[in-house]
Amino acid sequence: MAKKTKSGNVLKDMKELATGIYNKIMKKKQPELVTPLRSLNNVKYDVKDGYFELLGKTKSRTLTASTVKTFAQTLLMMNESKKLIQDDDIATKREMYYISKNWKDARFKEQPESDTVMDDIEAMMMVNREQLGFIPEEKGGDIAGKLIVVDKDPETGKQIKIDCTKMGSGAYSVPSSVEGLKFETSAKFILAIETAGMFQRLVKHNYWKKANCILISLGGVPTRACRRFIRRLSDDKKLPVFVFTDGDPYGFLNIYRTFKVGSGNAAHINEYFCVPNAKFIGITPQDIVDYKLPTHPLKDVDIKRVKDGIKNDPFVQHHKEWQKSLAQIVKMKVRAEQQALAKHGLNFVISDYLPKKLKNPKSWLP
Amino acid sequence: MAKEDNTKAHELAKKQRDIGVAEFFSRNRHLLGFDNKRKALMTTIKEAVDNSLDACEEAGILPEIIVDVVDMGNDRFRVTIEDNGPGIVKAQIPKIFAKLLYGSKFHTMKQSRGQQGIGISASVMYAQLTTGRAAKITSKIHPNKPANYYELHVNTQQNKPEILKEEEKEWKKERGTKIEVDLEASYIGGSQSIDEYLKETAITNPHVTIIYTNPKAEQIIFPRATENVPKEAKEIKPHPHGVEMGMMIKLLKDTDSRTLQSFLTTEFSRVGGGTAKEICKNGALLPNTKPREMSRDMTEKLMEGIKKTKLINPPTDCISPIGEELLEKGLRKEINAEFYAAVTRPPSVYRGNPFVIEAGVAYGGDQNSEGTIRVMRFANRVPLLFQQGACATTKSIMGTGWRAYGLSQSQNSLPVGPCSIVVHIASVWVPFTSESKEAIAHYPEIIKEIKLALQECGRRLASYVRKRRKIADESKKRSYIETYIPYVGAALKELLSLKAADEEKISSMLNTILEKQRGTLEKIGVDNPDYDEDLAKIGKKEEEVIEDGEEN
Repeated sequence: MAKKTKSGNVLKDMKELATGIYNKIMKKKQPELVTPLRSLNNVKYDVKDGYFELLGKTKSRTLTASTVKTFAQTLLMMNESKKLIQDDDIATKREMYYISKNWKDARFKEQPESDTVMDDIEAMMMVNREQLGFIPEEKGGDIAGKLIVVDKDPETGKQIKIDCTKMGSGAYSVPSSVEGLKFETSAKFILAIETAGMFQRLVKHNYWKKANCILISLGGVPTRACRRFIRRLSDDKKLPVFVFTDGDPYGFLNIYRTFKVGSGNAAHINEYFCVPNAKFIGITPQDIVDYKLPTHPLKDVDIKRVKDGIKNDPFVQHHKEWQKSLAQIVKMKVRAEQQALAKHGLNFVISDYLPKKLKNPKSWLP
Repeated sequence: MAKEDNTKAHELAKKQRDIGVAEFFSRNRHLLGFDNKRKALMTTIKEAVDNSLDACEEAGILPEIIVDVVDMGNDRFRVTIEDNGPGIVKAQIPKIFAKLLYGSKFHTMKQSRGQQGIGISASVMYAQLTTGRAAKITSKIHPNKPANYYELHVNTQQNKPEILKEEEKEWKKERGTKIEVDLEASYIGGSQSIDEYLKETAITNPHVTIIYTNPKAEQIIFPRATENVPKEAKEIKPHPHGVEMGMMIKLLKDTDSRTLQSFLTTEFSRVGGGTAKEICKNGALLPNTKPREMSRDMTEKLMEGIKKTKLINPPTDCISPIGEELLEKGLRKEINAEFYAAVTRPPSVYRGNPFVIEAGVAYGGDQNSEGTIRVMRFANRVPLLFQQGACATTKSIMGTGWRAYGLSQSQNSLPVGPCSIVVHIASVWVPFTSESKEAIAHYPEIIKEIKLALQECGRRLASYVRKRRKIADESKKRSYIETYIPYVGAALKELLSLKAADEEKISSMLNTILEKQRGTLEKIGVDNPDYDEDLAKIGKKEEEVIEDGEEN
């Protein structure tokens, strides 16, 4: 497992935490649960570590009108987690939400409430949710290319090898838990692609064969599992990772930034769920100019998002190149999609854009 | 061409003749409060009780009043009102009860319930018009003398009493007066009933005992709450600023003074020799003019002179308010509320007439929080039950910003909330909008004083409402927190594999911690030993019936 807990044993830590609260109550002292504040203004970015790290800000749940319900819910969810670990079972985030329906007054009204408490327990105990017995609903990303994934048969436990070159026009899909997987590959690099459309085009024309690479479709902001998968693959096989998104603020700040250094909201687990050595190959604002790409106007919310990023995002603040590019796109007030390259011919991306990009590190963004 | 003595004017002249005062009022009975059968009953009792109370107070007697209303079927009622007052001398009895505009109060400037001398004789007249029966009066002025008994009618054309029977009678009572009339009426309970009127009278006149038998033959006794007769109201002379032209002409005619200057100093308050001279000078009149020789023009000049002269306000010690303490006590008896406040304003003056405003509020408790507030109005301790919309009191309440004091209120309307407001005006001359004495006229000075009194009550109310809201918020928060305490216990029990007893211990400890941390919650609510439930019920037994023309 990725995370090292305080004692290396989640159950033990959990019991210790509960005992602390119990003792406080018995001494007639106000019991309290302290969790790190999970937000962009409580992270720092150190390029040497390569990911967002938590600063010291915390929030506290105790016997006040605004926090008592969450206080009780946190303890109740810890108890569910304890049962899952003891029974060697798992529950999805949605299932956890439904389990809470037994808690009468303390039940969650909507799943986001339940997810938040789960994230808080992760952050408080410095573990990831899989260690608590919880798994996400979504699967992460599709894979095609020069990679063999070594997995186990869920029934027999026998080793299974999955060859991602033999997926035909389909793809291998990243499972929700990737810690047990092993890899075999002869590829030179990993190419992570934002849209399924572009991924399909590259698979259809066997781009991975020509470029000797592994293709991964992120499908928007990559899931934790997908990030973790690429991180492990990249670390294991010493492969460089390139990210190819639409040329818009969402692609830059939501998809790429989260992929590379993590997010404020999940800062407590970023260390393991990001890919610090990733590079951004496009579409950059400069590409829009250089390739005369067809564009759409930026919406006000997009512009606000970028300005906000320039002002508050520690990652952007650290990289002058990103500041420049973001300033450029605000000035241009336009965005371009990956598929806009089709203006120059359907296979222009394969024949010209990607080879040229990969050869010229100066056209990348950090 | 018609002859000179046969013109249309001559023809019309045949129809032109005196209208008797009594005849006028008999045709315009609504002016006196006899608009309908229900009000007729109410007005009759009210006038008799008002007279009894005035008489007792003047004589320094603690009043004990017996009111009997008997339903005789066919919308006929026999009403008997008996008091223990000083009695009426024989010669006056017929005039007082059977001549309109005859009385002692019209010419004096003194705080009293009756004013014009119309009320009781109007009742006698109404009774006579509707049932044809005579009013039966018994009055006794000394323990050693027999009582005088009269049966009276009003001669409506000539406005004078017609004596049907006159005799001496034995009456087992030291002194007092009793009137019995039969009239067409109807009895309906509710907020404008006799029951309510008598109850409110008892509240604002705590020195009075009323023994009331209603048409259902139920006896209700309102015992006196204090043995102290209210401070006797003093009579004052009129203040020049309060006198109108007609009154002035009458005063000039009736005076014994030989000169205008002495007329001014003897007939009016706040006029000394110097001031009298100044008035004469301002009116371009000679101080030694003989009052009887004053022409209309000269009188007008005199009025002009008075207007131009600066005068000291009339004396105000002639007013006898209820007092904050007794007003609050009355409210406590009637309304089971959480908070009470009562204010007696210092005396003030409108048009030369001194007056005092008193106001009280009762908030919360058993009162309905959805509807408009309840308004209780009193003038010289007499409850006003009709014409609420037309009253200066209502206007003042609507013109006060109650939202700042914790009640909800739309623009220019009565506030909404669990609250009752009492307003009392005491004056030597209460300005009513009509002779039926149901609503107070809109004098700016009076409205201003009412508002000041209400604002003072409002400020005290606001601080209570704020406190109450704070406590309610805190109690809500607390009970919210308490909801989740058992879940903490349950979760910890399972997490730490504790026993059931430990779970309970956790909950009780958490409750202790909560108490320790947030402090003890102050208890608020109704704490009112003075509340008299049976009293409060009176006048509320039946649904309110709002009759035409009574509410705007």
